[in-house]
Amino acid sequence: MAEKTYRDAIHDALFEEMERDENVLLLGEDIGIYEGTFRITAGMLNRFGSRRVIDTPIAEAGMIGSAIGMAMFGLRPVVEMMTMNFSIVAADQIVNHAAKIRYFSGGQVDIPLVIRGPHGVGVQLSAQHSQSLESFYGHFPGLAVVAPSTPADAKGMLKTAIRGKDPVIFLESAALYGSKGEVPDDTNATVPFGKSAILREGSDVTLVSFGRMVQLALKVANDLSERENIEAEVIDLRSIRPLDLDPVYDSVRKTHRAVVVQEQWKPFGFAGEISASITETVFDELDAPVIRVTGEDVPMPYARNLELLAVPHEEHIEKAIMQVLYRD
Amino acid sequence: MTEEPVANAPEWTDILRQMILIRKFEEATEREFRRGKIGGYLHVYIGQEAVVAGIQTAARKDDIVFAGYRDHAHALLLGSDPNAVMAELFGKSTGVSKGKGGSMHLFDAPNGLFGGYGIVGGHLALATGAAFAGRYRGLDRVVFCYFGDGAMNIGAFHEALNMAGLWGKQGMCPVVFVIENNGYAMGTSVERHSAVTDLASRMNQYAIPNEKVDGQDIFAVRGVADRVIRQVRETGRPYCIEAITYRFSGHGAADILQPYRTKAEVEQQRHRDPIVILKKRLAEITGLSEEDVKAMDDEASQMVARAVEFAEASEPPSADELYKDVVAETWGKGGRING
Repeated sequence: MAEKTYRDAIHDALFEEMERDENVLLLGEDIGIYEGTFRITAGMLNRFGSRRVIDTPIAEAGMIGSAIGMAMFGLRPVVEMMTMNFSIVAADQIVNHAAKIRYFSGGQVDIPLVIRGPHGVGVQLSAQHSQSLESFYGHFPGLAVVAPSTPADAKGMLKTAIRGKDPVIFLESAALYGSKGEVPDDTNATVPFGKSAILREGSDVTLVSFGRMVQLALKVANDLSERENIEAEVIDLRSIRPLDLDPVYDSVRKTHRAVVVQEQWKPFGFAGEISASITETVFDELDAPVIRVTGEDVPMPYARNLELLAVPHEEHIEKAIMQVLYRD
Repeated sequence: MTEEPVANAPEWTDILRQMILIRKFEEATEREFRRGKIGGYLHVYIGQEAVVAGIQTAARKDDIVFAGYRDHAHALLLGSDPNAVMAELFGKSTGVSKGKGGSMHLFDAPNGLFGGYGIVGGHLALATGAAFAGRYRGLDRVVFCYFGDGAMNIGAFHEALNMAGLWGKQGMCPVVFVIENNGYAMGTSVERHSAVTDLASRMNQYAIPNEKVDGQDIFAVRGVADRVIRQVRETGRPYCIEAITYRFSGHGAADILQPYRTKAEVEQQRHRDPIVILKKRLAEITGLSEEDVKAMDDEASQMVARAVEFAEASEPPSADELYKDVVAETWGKGGRING
């Protein structure tokens, strides 16, 4: 094990997979000479050359569509979105092509394609650059959607994505790029999709989330343990699609209470999906309604004070916990 | 006839045979649609046969084809079993895509057909990437990307063509882009949908050499194709052929009234039926007789009748097929909600 940042973990996963398999190649805007907006691809062009590290025009539909064509013919392209917001430009390529070709061809081709990049709320990036798209991409069969919250998961899940046979939307939390954690040294260590992780055990309430919000939930859980003697169980789903909710149901059987946390918009969102699944599956175990903690239902404003008001914070999670414990 | 190749009688007769098969096949699909045996959308290639026939007969077996939704002719030309193509349209397990794609998504990888796409213009980038992948892996195959005039105004068209032009400069994009210009984007004429109606010339913006050809004249199409394919294979640079053609049937099976064009226009165009043109030329060149043609017609009709019988007798896909060939079987719990 070695301590690495989330950013370096992603870089290392790309670098090692490029070394391992010549069919892995990178495409994106300014990933080569410029070395990437977030420097994830620093040093890649030097090591692997312009044939495998391809600076594309600003043309998301063109680059993702081309990558789909490459994936159909034996390559394993990894496409960087400068931010995941730009992937919406290529929504047709992702949703109508990548997600469906294996199915409508009756399984004649695989689409081993990874689309990765920073996702979610940043700092004063305003409306077009601060969006959480997990519910959008999570809606479509044919895609895998994952969102690691630790450096080890980021590295291991990116390797799983690159080695797979289906298109993967790989959501990185820009706010976590500088965060640190232990990462296995083994270059073949992978983290499977569809396996939730219990990050903290507890008996009073179940906290469910993914990505940056997991770190927030952990903080609240530790704080409440010290201050109020409340023990929260924190579950990091890690995969949005496929979802692994069995550990959540098992947890609710123990705690009888659940709070689901997501960064942005509540309507038709991730937290609604999790909440409904809990209610459908372990209704009799619940001692309180499942509560969703979400951001406000508005586009992201620029002004820092408004931006802070738009997303959930520790106090919102704590309030929801108190609510399901009937201590509010 | 600008570029008539040296007439090779057996080959041209075989091309005629294939065009007749396409025509009979498409006529049968229209009948079977009316009988309720074929569902969804159905777009036939009647009138446009010389385009794909002229180009694909000049291609190599390991070349790759991407087509739009009007794709039955492409499959038949590439050697797909007519039985399996018809079965696909019938939604049967014996179809080329196991009944999971249908008319718009014919897919036959062993024969080089990689779809069948229903988002107009969406597949051009795929062809660009497929061509790159071939060169990346050291192969000299050529990718053919067919699309209609209506596909040239979607954003993805411009993004894909710009990248094809760029990668072509490095010899990494051997694609023949084929505009099947039948004059209409569904019911909107070229004049009404394109600010610049000289469609091939629009490729100049992307450094993609281009030319027009009379798409009703198989000799002309084939002549251009032979030269262009050789060039694209050698250079790894894309090229665009704009084939001026016409569809005699409606846009789709539901396009009965055709308010966007007159009956007189269609009648006028029928004088330029590509199959009639080829028959006449072969009569002159090889002495092809009426009896020869009748024998070909009968043979094609029998093949199509057998295909319909085969499709009708085939089983629909089994229920568990619903959950196959999708990411859920790789990483998930099978995609089952109700089943």
